[in-house]
Amino acid sequence: MTTTTPNGFVLDNSGRRMVVDPVTRIEGHMRCEVNIDDQKIIRNAVSSGTMWRGLEVILKGRDPRDAWAFCERICGVCTGTHALTSVRAVEDALGITIPENANIIRNMMQATLWAHDHLVHFYHLHALDWVDVLGALKADPKATSALAQSISPWPNASPGYFRDVQNRLKKFVASGQLGPFMNGYWGNPAYKLPPEANLMAVTHYLEALDFQREIVKIHTVFGGKNPHPNWLVGGVASAINLDGPMAAGAPVNMVQLNLVSSIIDRTIEFIDQVYLPDLLAIGSFYKDWLYGGGLSGHNVLAYGDFPDRANDYGPDNLLIPRGAIVNGNLKEVLDVDLRDPAQVQEFVDHSWYRYPNENEGLHPWEGITDPNFKLGPNSKGTKTDIQQLDEGAKYSWIKAPRWRGHAMEVGPLSRFTIGYARGIAEFKDPVDKVLTDLGLPFEALFSTLGRTAARGLEASWAAHKLRYFHDKLMANLKSGDLSTANIQKWEPSSWPKEAKGVGFAEAPRGALGHWVHIRDARIEAYQAVVPTTWNGSPRDPAGNIGAFEASLLNTPMADPEQPVEILRTLHSFDPCLACSTHIMGPGGEELTKVQVR
Amino acid sequence: MHHSGKGAALVLGIGNILWADEGFGVRAVEALHQAYEFPAEVKLMDGGTQGLYLLPLVQDADILVIFDAIDYGLPAGTLKVVDDHDVPSYLGVKKMSLHQTGFQEVLALSAITGRYPAKVRLIGVQPLDLDTYGGSLTEPVRSQMEPSLAVAIRFLMEQGFPSRRRISGCVPESLCPPSVNLAHYEAGILVGGR
Repeated sequence: MTTTTPNGFVLDNSGRRMVVDPVTRIEGHMRCEVNIDDQKIIRNAVSSGTMWRGLEVILKGRDPRDAWAFCERICGVCTGTHALTSVRAVEDALGITIPENANIIRNMMQATLWAHDHLVHFYHLHALDWVDVLGALKADPKATSALAQSISPWPNASPGYFRDVQNRLKKFVASGQLGPFMNGYWGNPAYKLPPEANLMAVTHYLEALDFQREIVKIHTVFGGKNPHPNWLVGGVASAINLDGPMAAGAPVNMVQLNLVSSIIDRTIEFIDQVYLPDLLAIGSFYKDWLYGGGLSGHNVLAYGDFPDRANDYGPDNLLIPRGAIVNGNLKEVLDVDLRDPAQVQEFVDHSWYRYPNENEGLHPWEGITDPNFKLGPNSKGTKTDIQQLDEGAKYSWIKAPRWRGHAMEVGPLSRFTIGYARGIAEFKDPVDKVLTDLGLPFEALFSTLGRTAARGLEASWAAHKLRYFHDKLMANLKSGDLSTANIQKWEPSSWPKEAKGVGFAEAPRGALGHWVHIRDARIEAYQAVVPTTWNGSPRDPAGNIGAFEASLLNTPMADPEQPVEILRTLHSFDPCLACSTHIMGPGGEELTKVQVR
Repeated sequence: MHHSGKGAALVLGIGNILWADEGFGVRAVEALHQAYEFPAEVKLMDGGTQGLYLLPLVQDADILVIFDAIDYGLPAGTLKVVDDHDVPSYLGVKKMSLHQTGFQEVLALSAITGRYPAKVRLIGVQPLDLDTYGGSLTEPVRSQMEPSLAVAIRFLMEQGFPSRRRISGCVPESLCPPSVNLAHYEAGILVGGR
């Protein structure tokens, strides 16, 4: 049957149904079902989160100053962003301000996370959707060297270097232990790179693996503990004493600040000389593969982040701008107010929860998380072994957040689109340059490739902002301002009897908000709306489809048994670090079981 | 396998403390840290559900001890010890938890970079309850805490890292933020749970 959704997508569920069940770390398990027509083109898409997440229940009754330590355990990927958002929500509720240094250090923690997460995502998850690892074995190291030197001044580019890596890879493959490269769809016609580009990318995969460990040392300096940095309501947990000694638990000193500075320099170098040139080189072979845009050209949302000065979360002070674009109208960036009950709302009529009235959405401060797991009449299988979901009924553990009723895409591409639409040069110029270099029109930005490119540009943006904030921090410290925490309102006796707050941040994968309600110094209610809730949302009462679902439509598949194209597009949203995928045939029999990187 | 010769040991607890018995690994390493002192070359770490962030730590270790809740299909609370080459495949017996996919990958990546620990021991306990979000350890799993610590202590001793019981009353800084250590976490669970 063919239907047109209110947000303008044509769905046809009459073709063969395929099930792709990737397991992701951010929301737990994610599953996706598509209908393909006889041309193997995706005509209907259904995205489902199949694991329940009820942070709300865990936090009720706890001390709001502790909430961050629970929030950072929600997921294994954006630990720090959840903690940051949580302390901001509590500070907002209680009217707590933070010192300038604390704001700078938080921004550096966040920029470090972005640079690290984007780099790791590109090389260790997503590149393998574009790069054929086994194809690298056929490369000529000399030609690979010539290719590498033609696109970047990066020094590791001799024929001998690439030959060594190729030999290592050969040995690895011969040992039969492909490890991270196991079960890829190597040789699938959806891969378009010549062998030399494959070898260059695989080589940089290994270099990025070595380099990423450097970046996170910044978290250890400022957050103390690795891999779970410490956070603090009212500031940051790290004190600073420029002349202090090096010792466990001692304040951050000059030696450590210099270490941070040198890591920043190397991060900028790696991203600008390796990541971005690779992105362009790979992109140049996929210029004809511009599927996957989905909602991005229509509706995008960002809450904004990186307050330049402390305690001002207004749009003019956020270096990553806040705003919403609807119906593709880039001429107008709309204001976003996270407190307005009519703006951000979550719907559950297609989600496994219960509301008193499911035709209406609830603002997160009024949010209810009451599980209600039941399958629709057209589903197949059982509750413990679902073979086919019924998207006409409830079909996901993810709620459907909407902004003024619109399904929105969040993430790097949304942020860059909003920055571009606002005419801010640091977003507009790099986008224009990439499009010019690839010879592509502006509309090409709204694609899987565009999403992936925006993430790379944003990694560079974050690395350069690290330099900006480090300079700012040093200037502050040298002027004698060493304060990193404000404990004036630490004691609950200084708090109001009842308070509500909202904290927001831009996680690497998109807009993140925590809404808290405090009563008698305890958490009364807590709701988190995470980026993957926006992007992975199911349908809403009006029938609007979510960003994942929209992005898959109209994509042709080279070989439906090997859903490279589906994974390529879903991964471009950075739903998580690693996925394991089960593909079920129409009768429910397992066709293949793969580990997807 | 490569031996970097640094003579360093890493004791890592992995899993999600918010998912009942899935918190076993983190709780075990926390308990070990609270009760015992080790030489400076031994690092104890709450690895949580972190994936790649743990890679550098694994790469730098010569001896790796992992505490984790593993579904082997055995009776709840069964303690199972697995060594060296068997560890990655045991971690993947059943993909019951996402953190294990992540940690299997960490091991694979440390192998591909040629910096795999010389010795790896996995101390696993069969979980009973992985579904109570916001819950804590069940009794069968909790009762294996002491025996599993004993396995780790003996193994580390054999590797040349003797430990000492901490003097009572001498409480070290918690591995986890204090607000999520076991006692505090459990004290805050509302009656009736989820």
